[in-house]
Amino acid sequence: MKRTVAVAAFVAGLGAAGARRVLSRAVGAEDVPNRWLTVTVNCPPESLAEGGRPEPLARLEPIAEIRITPAPGGRGTELAARLREPGPTGPVARATGDDPRQKVRSALREAKSLIETGEVMRPDAPPTTRSTPGGKLVELATRRAGGEGRL
Amino acid sequence: MKALVWEGVNKLAVERVPDPEIRNDQDVIVKVTASTTCGSDLHLIGGYVPAMRAGDVIGHEFVGEVVEVGPGVRHRKVGERVVVCSFVGCGRCWYCANDLWSLCDNSNTNAGITQAMWGYEPGAVFGYSHAMGGLRGSHAEYVRVPFADYGAFPIPEGVDETSALFASDSVPTGWMGADLGGVGPGDVVAVWGCGAVGQMAARAAVLLGAEKVIAIDRIPERLAMARDVIGVETIDYTTTDVGAELRERTGGRGPDVCVEAVGMEAHTTGPEQLYDQAKTRLRMQTDRPAAVREAIYACRKGGSVFVLGVFGGVVDKFPLGALMNKGLTLRAAQMHGQRYIPMLLDRIAKGEISTRHLVTHEMPLDEAPRAYDLFKNKKDGCVRAVIRPAA
Repeated sequence: MKRTVAVAAFVAGLGAAGARRVLSRAVGAEDVPNRWLTVTVNCPPESLAEGGRPEPLARLEPIAEIRITPAPGGRGTELAARLREPGPTGPVARATGDDPRQKVRSALREAKSLIETGEVMRPDAPPTTRSTPGGKLVELATRRAGGEGRL
Repeated sequence: MKALVWEGVNKLAVERVPDPEIRNDQDVIVKVTASTTCGSDLHLIGGYVPAMRAGDVIGHEFVGEVVEVGPGVRHRKVGERVVVCSFVGCGRCWYCANDLWSLCDNSNTNAGITQAMWGYEPGAVFGYSHAMGGLRGSHAEYVRVPFADYGAFPIPEGVDETSALFASDSVPTGWMGADLGGVGPGDVVAVWGCGAVGQMAARAAVLLGAEKVIAIDRIPERLAMARDVIGVETIDYTTTDVGAELRERTGGRGPDVCVEAVGMEAHTTGPEQLYDQAKTRLRMQTDRPAAVREAIYACRKGGSVFVLGVFGGVVDKFPLGALMNKGLTLRAAQMHGQRYIPMLLDRIAKGEISTRHLVTHEMPLDEAPRAYDLFKNKKDGCVRAVIRPAA
């Protein structure tokens, strides 16, 4: 009996560890408290010189350090940002929109799109015409999607 | 305007929705004149694709007339007849610049969802869930087309609208499978699935120089089209051992290139079908990959397998050992349409690619739910049903 319980606990532990790992991979949970968040922009580094930076980056500068480096192999420019103060994070802060990393991710994505295309694509409006419980969950996910993901 | 909307799993209805509007300077508005059912819509309708909302407009393969252009549009003009690529590409990110258009960095406004699902996000596609950008689809009177200078292509003089319609998705998807699968002169190519995409992959293989092309399906009228219109050999998998037949027809080697054009709801025979259905119903796998498994087993040593069918999640009993030990190349993609559409329109104009035969049914928008009933259930010989919102 003891052995059965021990095996069950071991399997449950493995399951929990696996689930945590999968979840952490999916939501990009942080193993380092304040990691650089990065996008690669298809442009030469000069396009991101100070003074010529797009508005989303300027908006970020008070709260984040900005790092600009050439990408290897002619793949453009790596644009990175790191919060000066890490602020709250975790599932609750992310669900409520209080994790400042969401602002950083949105700003990086918007800056990249502005530099590459001259605009930030907007979704269709209204997103749909019906409100259902399942739809509200999707709506929550889409409301956060611009600031979420694995940058 | 009127549009075909998804109301829930296996529920469709034609409803009034707000007219689309220019939301970005590089948008155009297209008045849809023809929009076709596609097998990948069935995954949405059946609830296999997450992030759908009741009221979402579906449809992604279409042609129409430009009726409004944004101030940042340089090349498209009001009044032009256009075929629109089902995937939206910005044209200037690294992926678009390298002809990997369905991977566009800037068109999917909900990048966080698919990054969580798949690691990185693909670009947006019309009418294909909020995970894929949430753009409204083309089974509607009008549709907004972002980055239109890159995704809306004028239909050449001499090409009729129905022929051009399939250049929006099926023809470039099929071409891509043969092209990126590495089909070359002298190859033997096997194609799983004889729907529009499979037929176009088979035709592409012929045009790229394959010496023998073998198409596999179970639906008699689709096999007949592949044989009689596309001009390739066929196998009915319900009456024939596909692996044995392919070995016999290839001198025991197996096909050089295998193209899978079936996707996540594959059917097969015997216990494998029951196994896959049970696993998907128990939510222990999301997709049924029978055709991919068979392609990997059947492919010759050192050959190439290209997955064109749409998959969304995880599958069981994936033959990784066969893939590795046989030294196969496995490749897949959503379609990089902008890379191929101008060339394919030229080939359609020259008569090298025929698509009109795919249209087995045509109907006005009000009857669109019936179009999907015919198409999904393979009723009345339906291969593709074309919806004409302006009719």
